[in-house]
Order: sequence, then C-alpha cells, then structure tokens
Amino acid sequence: MEHITLLLGIVIVTALVFDFTNGFHDTANAMATTISTGALRPKMAVAMSAALNLLGAFLSVEVAKTISGGIINEKGIRVEVIFAALVGAILWNLLTWLLGLPSSSSHALFGGLIGAAVSSAGWSAVNGSTIVTKVLIPAVAAPIVAGLASMLATRLSYAIGSRAENKATAKGYRAGSIASAGLVSLAHGTNDAQKTMGIITLALVTGGVIAPGSNPPTWVIVSAGLAIALGTYLGGWRIIRTLGKGLTDLAPQQGFAAQTSAATAILASSHIGFSLSTTQVCSGAVLGAGLGRKGGVVRWSTATRMLAAWIMTLPAAGLVGAGAELLTKQGTWGTAATGVLLIAGAGVIWSLSRRKPITVDNVNDVETEPVGVVTAAIAAVTPPPAGQLVTADTATDAAADLKATIPAPDAGPSAEPTRPATV
Amino acid sequence: MKIDWAALGSVFGVSLAVTVALVGLFTLGVVSLTKKESSRGGGAALAATGAYACFAACTAAVAYGIYLIVA
Repeated sequence: MEHITLLLGIVIVTALVFDFTNGFHDTANAMATTISTGALRPKMAVAMSAALNLLGAFLSVEVAKTISGGIINEKGIRVEVIFAALVGAILWNLLTWLLGLPSSSSHALFGGLIGAAVSSAGWSAVNGSTIVTKVLIPAVAAPIVAGLASMLATRLSYAIGSRAENKATAKGYRAGSIASAGLVSLAHGTNDAQKTMGIITLALVTGGVIAPGSNPPTWVIVSAGLAIALGTYLGGWRIIRTLGKGLTDLAPQQGFAAQTSAATAILASSHIGFSLSTTQVCSGAVLGAGLGRKGGVVRWSTATRMLAAWIMTLPAAGLVGAGAELLTKQGTWGTAATGVLLIAGAGVIWSLSRRKPITVDNVNDVETEPVGVVTAAIAAVTPPPAGQLVTADTATDAAADLKATIPAPDAGPSAEPTRPATV
Repeated sequence: MKIDWAALGSVFGVSLAVTVALVGLFTLGVVSLTKKESSRGGGAALAATGAYACFAACTAAVAYGIYLIVA
C-alpha cells in the first residue's frame, strides 16, 4: 500500500464514489415494487437491500477479470483513462437520478470507458462488435425477456387466484416478493461490487502497486462492499418512485410477479452467460406486470422517458468521459480540474434535487404527472375488473373525463400533456 | 460479429418457463391456504398439504438461486 500516488488515490476514491452512486441508483431495482406494494416499509426495504448487497460483495470469489468485458482494449490503459471514465459514469448516474430515471450503471461505466479510451487512443481501442453483442442486443432483449415473463406470470396469477379474496392473499404475495427482492439485491452485490473491485484492482496493477493477475486486496473488497451498501441504504428515492409508482400501479401479486421475473431473468442471464442489465430487466418486469393485469394502467410517457435515458446512456457518459480524458491529458492541473468539475457537477445536481426532494417520507405519494392520452385511451376501453386497486379506479375516472373532452385516437402525440422540461 | 443467439434463446426460454412456473406455484399455494381457512376436515388438510408443497418447491427454487449466486 505504500506506493499509492496521489493520482491513484484519487482514482480509488472516485471508483468508490461510482460504487456508491451505483448502489443508490439500483436500490430501485430490488426494492421499488416491494416498497410501492407495501410489502416492506421503505426504511426496512433499503436496510435489507443494503445488508444483502454487502453480503453479496463478499460472497463471490470470482474476480471481475476485465472491467469492460472486452469492450475496450485494457492493455496499457492509463490510470487517467479510468479516472475520466468514472467521471463520465458518475455524472450520468447523478443526472438520471435527478430525473428519477432508472438507467444501467454498467452501461454508464461502459460509456465512460469507451469515450475515455477513444479520446486517449483512437477508435482502434474500442471493440465495436463487442459493443453490439454485449451492450446493444442485451439492452433490447432484457426488457422484452423480463417483461414477457412477468406479463404472462401476472396473467396466470390472476387467472388462478381470481376466486380468492384479495385481502387474504395479499400477505402471501408480499412475503413472496420480499424473497425475490432479496435475491435481486444479493445478485446485485455480487455483480456490481465486483465491478468496482475490478476497477480498483486494475488501477493498482496499472500503478504498479500490486502484481498483474493478483486478487483484489481485502481492503478493496471491504471498501467496495461498504460503498455499495451505503449507497443502497441511502436509497435513490426518486428512482424508486418512478419504478414503483410512476410506471404503473402495482397490486401485491403484480409486484410479486414482476420481482420474481426480474430475479429469474437476472440469475438465468448471468448463469447462462448472456448478461443482461439489472436495471433494464427490472424496468421491463414492472412494465410487463402492469400490462398483465386487465385494466392495468401503464404510463407510456414515463416508459418513453426511460427508453430515451437508456439510449442516451452510452453516448452521454462517453462524451463526458472523452472530455474528461482530454482534460486529464493536459497534465496534473488538468486532472485536478477534472476532479473539481466532477465535484462541482455533483454539487449542482444535488442542489437541484433539493428543490423538490423525494425522500423516504413521500416516496409512495402518487405521481403528479398527468395520465397520458394513450394510457387514458387504453384504460378507457379496458374495463377494470371488480375489486381492483383504488388507484386504478381513480385513474380510469380521470380517463373518462379526458375522453369526454378529447377524442383520443385523433389527438395524436400533440395532445400529450406537456411534461416539465428536463432540469 | 458473433451473436450468441443460442444463449439469448435459452435465457429467454428459461426466464419465461421458470417465472411462470414459480408464480403459478406460489399463487396455487396462496390460494390453497385461503381455501384451507374456509373449508373443514379432509378438504382443509388437503389444501394445507398442497399449499406447503407449493411453498416448499418455491423455497427450493430460491435456494437454487442463492446457490447460483454463490457458486
């Protein structure tokens, strides 16, 4: 440990900060449905998820051998490139958090790495076909796989359980969704904390502190586990609200179906070797559960914003990463300036978030965003089954009002209610 | 560029089959439990046995999931 230079120290701290943002960005994946269906109290849910993330970090002995999975050529990579990549990934994670949009932290990291590597060594440093096979295709596949599974499971569950009393069964579904959410948290800890360990280890190897090919030192494992757990515990309430309440209204059995499909898809993909992004799997699963219930309301405007964020993740994080790399190339002052810009950017986003804070206390409040026209039209033509959620009923009432004034089919996208401009 | 369609296909198939099976089993278990409370005698015992069998299968699936994460 004695040869850690200032730059290396900065990179390690930045990697841990990324790990932290990864934690609070992805709490929603495991716990959004559990919180919104009332299976667990918000504080309890994040505490459980944090504990399982921490446990997960220690569970796996398999070290993330490459941080980018072959997307960029990691041989001879400079420490500054890793730093620049982390800056891009952190800023994108914070921005999507501010907007309350779930987006893949891994994709943000990949984007940052690609941008920084291209700006450092040109396009030859990036393996284009690996981007397609490891990022683009999984990004399309993940929500479809999880969404379809969750939709069919929801349908089946409603078909089997239609005669049972809602009140009596809700408790069971809630217990089931806690188990599934636990699995997602555990898997997240093993996968994503490993990524940070891989980054720090790579930086240490690059800096000549430890021998190439060695395992991460214990302090790396401990600090990466703690950073992700702390991030998870603080909870990205904005994203939790979007995923748990914003996309659709979930009944306990929908939450259970969504969480189970997410856990299954994540485990199946990491085991079979076609890795899918946890975030995209979970978002797809929630969407599928919303579609699976008769009369379920999916807010397509929110889904569209999420889709836009997913598409933007790679290029946006890449651009910031590339810019940061150009700056660090200027020498020590450039690196220092990058660090200052990162802190300033994070500070600005944080202060913007305080204007309309979403905390543990208001995470389950109903979204103020009006129901979109398409959603309203769908809800208007699909009669809700008896004994559904109160929220679904109010949504349909609102839809009926809307329908009276606007003929939905002719309205088109122009009638889409204006959304608040980004930031 | 080599896209591993076989892996993608099996992820798709496995996720779909396992999710639907698990959710179906669990729902059966939950519904049987509520039936147990409303019926008496042999019916209740049968419903309870069925419910616990369903939950046991689900627990086994969760255990296998943990095994996959650890291994």
